[in-house]
Amino acid sequence: MPVTHKTLVKSKQGSNAQSQQKPLAAKTAKVVSKKKDEDDGTEIGEGGDEWMHGKTLIKPPDQLDLTEAELKEEFTRILTANNPHAPQNIVRYSFKERSYKPISSVDQLAVHFFLEGNLLHRDSDEARRQKAKQGLPDEKATVVTETEDEKLETPGGGEDGAHSVDSKTGKKEQKLTNQFNFSERASQTLNNPLRERGCQTEPPPRASFSATANQWEIYDVYLEEMQKQEKNKEKAKAVPKKEDDKGKKKLTLVETQSDDLTKVAKVAKIIERMVNQNTFDDIAQDFRYFEDASDEFREQEGTLLPLWKFQYDQAKRLSVTALCWNQSYKDLFAVGLGSYDFTKQGRGMLVFYSLKNSTYPEYNYPTTSGILCLDIHPDRPYLVAVGFYDGCVAVYNLKEERPEPVYKSSSKSGKHTDPVWQVRWQKDDMDNHQNFFSVSSDGRVVSWTLVKSELVFTDIIKLSLVGAVSEGPEGVPPPTMACGTSFDFHKQINYLFLVGTEEGKIHKCSKAYSSQFLETYDAHNMAVDAVKWNQFHPKVFISCSSDWTVKIWDHTIRTPVFIFDLNAAVGDVAWSPYSSTVFAAVTADGKVHVFDLGINKYEAICQQPVVAKKKTKLTHIEFNPVYPIIIVGDDRGYVTSLKLSPNLRSKPKEKKGQELPRGPEVEIAKMEKLLSLLREPENSKGRTESWCQTDYGPQALDFRR
Amino acid sequence: MCAEVEETLKRIQTHKGVIGTIVVNAEGIPIRTTLDNSTTVQYAGLLHQLTMKARSTVRDIDPQNDLTFLRIRSKKHEIMVAPDKEYMLIVIQNPSE
Repeated sequence: MPVTHKTLVKSKQGSNAQSQQKPLAAKTAKVVSKKKDEDDGTEIGEGGDEWMHGKTLIKPPDQLDLTEAELKEEFTRILTANNPHAPQNIVRYSFKERSYKPISSVDQLAVHFFLEGNLLHRDSDEARRQKAKQGLPDEKATVVTETEDEKLETPGGGEDGAHSVDSKTGKKEQKLTNQFNFSERASQTLNNPLRERGCQTEPPPRASFSATANQWEIYDVYLEEMQKQEKNKEKAKAVPKKEDDKGKKKLTLVETQSDDLTKVAKVAKIIERMVNQNTFDDIAQDFRYFEDASDEFREQEGTLLPLWKFQYDQAKRLSVTALCWNQSYKDLFAVGLGSYDFTKQGRGMLVFYSLKNSTYPEYNYPTTSGILCLDIHPDRPYLVAVGFYDGCVAVYNLKEERPEPVYKSSSKSGKHTDPVWQVRWQKDDMDNHQNFFSVSSDGRVVSWTLVKSELVFTDIIKLSLVGAVSEGPEGVPPPTMACGTSFDFHKQINYLFLVGTEEGKIHKCSKAYSSQFLETYDAHNMAVDAVKWNQFHPKVFISCSSDWTVKIWDHTIRTPVFIFDLNAAVGDVAWSPYSSTVFAAVTADGKVHVFDLGINKYEAICQQPVVAKKKTKLTHIEFNPVYPIIIVGDDRGYVTSLKLSPNLRSKPKEKKGQELPRGPEVEIAKMEKLLSLLREPENSKGRTESWCQTDYGPQALDFRR
Repeated sequence: MCAEVEETLKRIQTHKGVIGTIVVNAEGIPIRTTLDNSTTVQYAGLLHQLTMKARSTVRDIDPQNDLTFLRIRSKKHEIMVAPDKEYMLIVIQNPSE
């Protein structure tokens, strides 16, 4: 067949052959046999150059004869998918427009052949039903077909077999697999063994914390901050003082390491005072509030109410030799303990008591030698100057812990050779060193200055036997020295002071003159135990002596203004701080005498035995600067405190500040005349004249009037 | 220093009318006591709280102020508490003996 022949030829020609067939099959009217020729001619001509050179053209007899121009005419053939038999102008009736309208598109489908087959899909319902009817024979048949299929496949081994088994059982679920190139291969990755691993950390340490944020807590924190800042500032300033700081740091470290109980010290002290307050509650109440109402009925007399009694176990058998109130802490006073007895000289003690605690001293310092005098610095209440029986002087600093004095004079540094009877602090000198004076039986009045760690002494004056400097007829005065037993400095005039001697004379001296006295008073017949300036009046001073008398002087007059005989050796006398006319004296018979010259010029307004045992001698007395109490020391080592009743504290009716200094003056002026008459009998020595006695006082005056 | 404090405490204990003394630290735990254990613990616990409250009151009113001591007087006796930054001292005294 020409068709098959041409299929062997190149694809072009093959396609040509097909295109030739198409016109025959499609029955296109346009295609005419003449085209055959043309096609042959043109197409063979194109491709036949190579193949068919020698072919000659054979014309069938009924072929059309066309001219060459007609032969070369090209006819275009279009292959369309239009169905030539399909009508082109089908019209339908449109009810909408009520007219016949041509259909826009005509179906071009031409069915050439239609055959209904009798094949059923294997999975369809009908097929299954048939299978079920037919049963086994169908299965076998299918197996055969499948095995055939399998042969085509590459042998897959067991898995294929398995697959076939599976396929037998689950035909419906058969996989669609490539017949030619399928290999069933499965692999499984290694399942890593699962291991559970946990980790547990230790929970952070917990502590429950609770706090309050009060106003004061905030305040405390701010205060600490401020202190830190201040410390930093100080450190920035005081750089060269590093060593000191280190030393201090060490000290503080030591303190914290020591026993805990040291911190309880302050609290323990408070508690002790509280306990004492409870025990001596009535005394404390009396001290504060009790005023003797019966004083209104006693015209001029007053009484002394005993309050606390201070005694220290270790101070037994020592007598009180000195008393001094502290100016800054009004409830603190110092007691010096020693012995007046020449034969019984031993140790001494310096004890400080507070009114708040009467059972135990606040401070106490044992000393090797008996103390005879002491004085507390008015500005620096922690400095105490002490004079000893062995002639030394010492200064104690209460702030320091150690029991020794800060400064002590030694035999090299000019200590006295005899007991020191009185010490007094002075104002700081120009170099701002503290200094104090002392007077002693060796006749020297010495000024001691605290320079760094030493006591530097300066002799101020030497007391000679005869008042003024005088040279004996031989030209060489025997260096006899008077023994000073007491002294006192004027309150207002700084350089002026009085010295009382053992001979009974009182010398008025000045710091400026070291060899000469300003004045001498023949005061007493025995040693002058105490001499004191009046607290208010600049001219008046008082002196007392063991010759049983107390004398009041005007320093411009060489004879005393008042004389009081107390019937016993007078140990001490003191002016009151609240009135210029009130003073108190203590005697060896255990009595306290309180005088108020404004009320009664001749006798005491109060004479009261204070100690229980009759043989105790009272040695010292001091008024408290603020409270209306006095302390009295005796030779048994006890200190008794007494409250002054209102009558003893009466103040002048006029204003205080202005009137007081004038009060005594007015009185003194009054008394001048009276006493001038009394002077002559006074000069006779020491004996208690009858009309001088306080008992006869008023009578004498009446007589003299 | 320590000996002095010991002495002071001893004096307080032997003072007239004093029934017992307790030293308590900052946490309210008694350190020293002259009473029996149960009483001590009771006193310490209760008084510690009371003192803290009292102190807080005083300071709240004026932060520059501070509590010095506390006295509780009852029919039978008087309890005195003196607080400090680190320690507290409690003394029970019968004042009217």
